Amino acid sequence: MKDHPQPRDLDGNAVTPRAPIAMLAEITHRCPLACPYCSNPVDLVRGQSELTAEEWADAFRQAADLGVLQVHISGGEPGARRDLAQIVAGARDAGLYSNLITSGIGITRQRLEELNRAGVDHVQLSLQGIRPDMADRISGHPGSWDKKMAFAEWVGQIGFPLTINAVVHRQNMDRLPDMIALAETLGARRIEVATVQFHGWADLNRAALMPTREQAAFARSVVNDARIRLRGRMVIDYVPADHHATYPKACMGGWGSTGLNIAPDGTVLPCHAAQSINWMRFENLRDRPLADIWHLSDSFNAFRGTAWMPEPCRSCERKEVDFGGCRCQAMALAGDARATDPACSRSPLHAAVVARAEDDAASEATDLTYRRMVKGG
Amino acid sequence: MEPLIEPDDIPYLPRGVRLADDRVRGLRVLQAPERAMQLDQIGDAILSELDGTRSMAAITRDLAAKYAAPEDQIAGDVRDFLTGLIERRMVFVKVRP
Repeated sequence: MKDHPQPRDLDGNAVTPRAPIAMLAEITHRCPLACPYCSNPVDLVRGQSELTAEEWADAFRQAADLGVLQVHISGGEPGARRDLAQIVAGARDAGLYSNLITSGIGITRQRLEELNRAGVDHVQLSLQGIRPDMADRISGHPGSWDKKMAFAEWVGQIGFPLTINAVVHRQNMDRLPDMIALAETLGARRIEVATVQFHGWADLNRAALMPTREQAAFARSVVNDARIRLRGRMVIDYVPADHHATYPKACMGGWGSTGLNIAPDGTVLPCHAAQSINWMRFENLRDRPLADIWHLSDSFNAFRGTAWMPEPCRSCERKEVDFGGCRCQAMALAGDARATDPACSRSPLHAAVVARAEDDAASEATDLTYRRMVKGG
Repeated sequence: MEPLIEPDDIPYLPRGVRLADDRVRGLRVLQAPERAMQLDQIGDAILSELDGTRSMAAITRDLAAKYAAPEDQIAGDVRDFLTGLIERRMVFVKVRP
């Protein structure tokens, strides 16, 4: 390899990589839950190809050298890795701040104490509903609710800062006030209320999960009221449905700009869904140093900067605000990863996307297609 | 809006929030749940005073002496900066016993 070749986007325009701040470490795709909106790719990585704890420790050191300050240790369910504490210790030894993102299932009190000693800084716990019936139905895991409530209690006893992650959709959005109250009761410092992103697994469940416009308006007003009431006591972050917004989300704060994701097998991705861009080739930590992948790989450089953008993004005054939105969503909805995200009101496809979402929202479907690992392979 | 901190209250960094060096960028940062906040010199100076024993008023007096600045101006800066962090749950407050 030549020294410091000029990084270029997919059209050959020169780009200037910055240093990443955050890294998502998806240490396994295995999970006891089967949520029908799982953010993992539809083609899941199998257990035997997962990076070892030693390989993760090396990845964390490389990431810290590159400028990463925080690691989000996620999955799948990270607790499905028996060596989770060793992995966490690797992050601590690299000087990273570690966020454990968990369903709470499969981590006993004793293991949580171990994770405390290994240096977990913060715990984010997902909740699928505010009662056993909904939580167990959405997660596809009978008994999940009781286990989660026990887990939340241990988190409080040990003293970890807690964030509640509540994914909302048509079947549970009306109970948002109760979800916020529950997060308060559990002593959460923060609740993240995120509307399902209709990619991957969730795309298979659009008709059963798409919220109505009335529900979205209700959720917005609940959040606004709760923010005033809970000021200084609990932070509420709210992610509305893409098609209910005027402009798209600045996905990843811009492609290859501040964050990176490492998949269970060591594939390094600009975002967790990037493999849905089926023509793009991604590199692996086992083959190339992380710094080279970050600075020099075609995948990370593809959509850096703004020169690659077509119209209407190219002449848009918001191009450095939202960076044209989400590349994966452009791929999924426009069939072209470089297109303006159809969630944007300026996209020529926007009206059709909204109309389709409204049709899905009006559906009476309730049956779910659960996430599963395909047998064999 | 109600003030989130009074002069006699004691501000502190709760578990999971800490000052750190960003060695790659040569900056000081406040590490908190799912957020690393870059600090300027003033922010770093204020947060470095949080020891869990001194009140906001005492911290303000000490900063005014250290930087030879008018105390009422420092008081406004400290209160506004801490209020923003209390709203984000990155600084906690205890009432003096």
